[in-house]
Amino acid sequence: MFAVKNRKIFFAISGVMLLVSYTLMLIWGFNVGTDFKGGTIVEVKYTENVPEKSVIEEALKGLNLGDASVRRAGETGFIVRMKDLSADDQELLKSAMSVNNAYPYELERLNSVGPTIGKELTEKAWVAIVVIIIITILFIAYAFRGVSFSKGKGVSSWVYGFVSIVALIHDITIPAVAAVIFGKFLGMEVDALFVTALLSLLGYSINDTIIIFDRIRENLKENQERNLGESFENTVGKSLSQTYGRSINTSLTVFLVLVSLLVLGSASVKFFILTLIIGTIAGVYSSIFLAAPLLVEINNRRRK
Amino acid sequence: MTKYRFWSIVVIACSIWAAFFVFNGAPFKLGLDLSGGTHLVYRADTSGVDSGDIESAMTSLRDTIERRVNLFGVAEPIVQVEQGGAFEGEKEQRLIVELPGVTDVDEAVKKIGETPILEFKLLNQDSGEFVSTGLSGSRLERAELRFDSNQIGSAPIVGLKFNSEGQVLFSQITRENTGKVLGIFLDGILLQAPYIKEEISGGEAVITGSFTVDEAKQIVRDLNYGALPMPVELIGTETIGATLGGEALSSGVKAAVVGLLLVALFMIVWYRLPGFISVLALSVYVIAMLLLFKIIPVTLTAAGIAGFIISIGMAIDANIIIFERLKELKTRNVGGAEAVGESFKHAWSAIRDGQLTTFLGAIVLFWFGTSSVEGFALVLGLGTLVSVWSSMFVSRIFMFSIYLKN
Repeated sequence: MFAVKNRKIFFAISGVMLLVSYTLMLIWGFNVGTDFKGGTIVEVKYTENVPEKSVIEEALKGLNLGDASVRRAGETGFIVRMKDLSADDQELLKSAMSVNNAYPYELERLNSVGPTIGKELTEKAWVAIVVIIIITILFIAYAFRGVSFSKGKGVSSWVYGFVSIVALIHDITIPAVAAVIFGKFLGMEVDALFVTALLSLLGYSINDTIIIFDRIRENLKENQERNLGESFENTVGKSLSQTYGRSINTSLTVFLVLVSLLVLGSASVKFFILTLIIGTIAGVYSSIFLAAPLLVEINNRRRK
Repeated sequence: MTKYRFWSIVVIACSIWAAFFVFNGAPFKLGLDLSGGTHLVYRADTSGVDSGDIESAMTSLRDTIERRVNLFGVAEPIVQVEQGGAFEGEKEQRLIVELPGVTDVDEAVKKIGETPILEFKLLNQDSGEFVSTGLSGSRLERAELRFDSNQIGSAPIVGLKFNSEGQVLFSQITRENTGKVLGIFLDGILLQAPYIKEEISGGEAVITGSFTVDEAKQIVRDLNYGALPMPVELIGTETIGATLGGEALSSGVKAAVVGLLLVALFMIVWYRLPGFISVLALSVYVIAMLLLFKIIPVTLTAAGIAGFIISIGMAIDANIIIFERLKELKTRNVGGAEAVGESFKHAWSAIRDGQLTTFLGAIVLFWFGTSSVEGFALVLGLGTLVSVWSSMFVSRIFMFSIYLKN
């Protein structure tokens, strides 16, 4: 009930968060990785002595392969980014990283992506997000088709679909702006894995919203059968309080596994997991404080 | 109730058997990011090939490159044709090469990038070795599939047509070496060793032999594209060092085990007996998934392991929905088998709709492409299917076996 009664406050909070998010995205922008824009990324770990950053930069300048950005990675490692390279140039890069064998190292990864692959991945990512959103709205409109009752109670199943899309957009905006902030301060790059995280969050968030909608559907049906005449607002509020326990416990279990992945898992999926954790929290918030109250708001406005 | 107990025992027995198979059988298939290695993406220049021939040209290119890759002695290389490019317009033809354990991209690329070489070599009867004749694929105009009408059942034969230079050289070789064996080599591998019957001056030759139509087609393709290879261009490389891969694997497995134990602990502490049952059901879920990974087989990547762990969270969700309902019914003084039945019945629509949307999402993700995302989507998609089974069947029979009718 709390979330439904105070819905105006939560709409304001969500609105401000989204506004701040889009502003930050516009100002700072994403730190787009080589997966999307093409280019080379090499990560090495020095096994004996670790060179100064300037030494590596000097050696790379000698290659004449264009600009290179050098960044420290951990105690003994470095990450270098530059334009995409041919196999021959990659060999030159590899020998430059050891500065003529003065600093032996172990190669962790070396990726070089041409511009076509990057462009294609960007297009596919957008299409995938749009397709998931369309499938979702259609599916929900279909799955909840029996939910709109003619006796002046509730809203049509299309509104359920529309509301879940609002929640979805909220749920991918929050982790996306987190990526912008991490990109600005921690060097997080937006790559194929990031898009994977967003896409799986879409599925997770929808799942979360559906559980609550399902309960509303069940309560509406019961009301009609027993002719209780409960207001839509109260029904939604009741359904929310019946599903709190589930929402919180489920998110908690997902949270437990994600945190153990974050702490113990491989460094290469750290930001991936972090994105999922933030998205999970945003997902719980939006289903309780955004999606269900929004149903009530739309219903009330229609009746006026 | 006896029925439920019987099925519970069957499920547990099968799981134990499956667990032995999973942990003692062949190792899991690991992706490059876990095993270390090189991933190469080539674009094939198909501008010189008729659009109808593109598919066979790509197959030939793949076979050729596969042969070369096999020469490296790499364990389980993968060479596959992939269509890429924008949504509209012409599809780009790509070749994906995965070389586990190889980190020297330059050497790999050099070996792959050589144009296929077709050579004609004479067999020296004394030494048993083939000696170069100077006649090579560059002098072949084209090869074609023909059928020998002299034989019953018209056997397939391979017709060769040389260009003018090749014609002169070929007639000279066949004149001087009648009765000898002329070996035809592609990339250093002996394809056919026909026997020279007589001088051939018309610039045309046939390779007769007892091959099937498919074999003959294959040779024609190899000869044509061996002689006229499609240019390939390297457009992407990805190399993962063996240390990073190994580290990713062991830490991923460790994280999975710890995450599972935490979830199990939470479920037992919070829900007590039903919680314990859900942990049993979850174990069955994990074993079933691992079994599927082996049977299909699913190539495990770091993202795939992450997907698996997320799917565990979703599998437990179904149980939580049911248990929360059970608690609710308890406050209304409904208990025992009746409450269990009610809970499963009510939870079904939520579980069905939720898992179905996740499943649809997984399909879109799978289509989204790139190997790491595909691995994640496959695991997630399988996860939703198996978790519906584990919550609606396994948890259910376990619960009914314990909750007596009262």
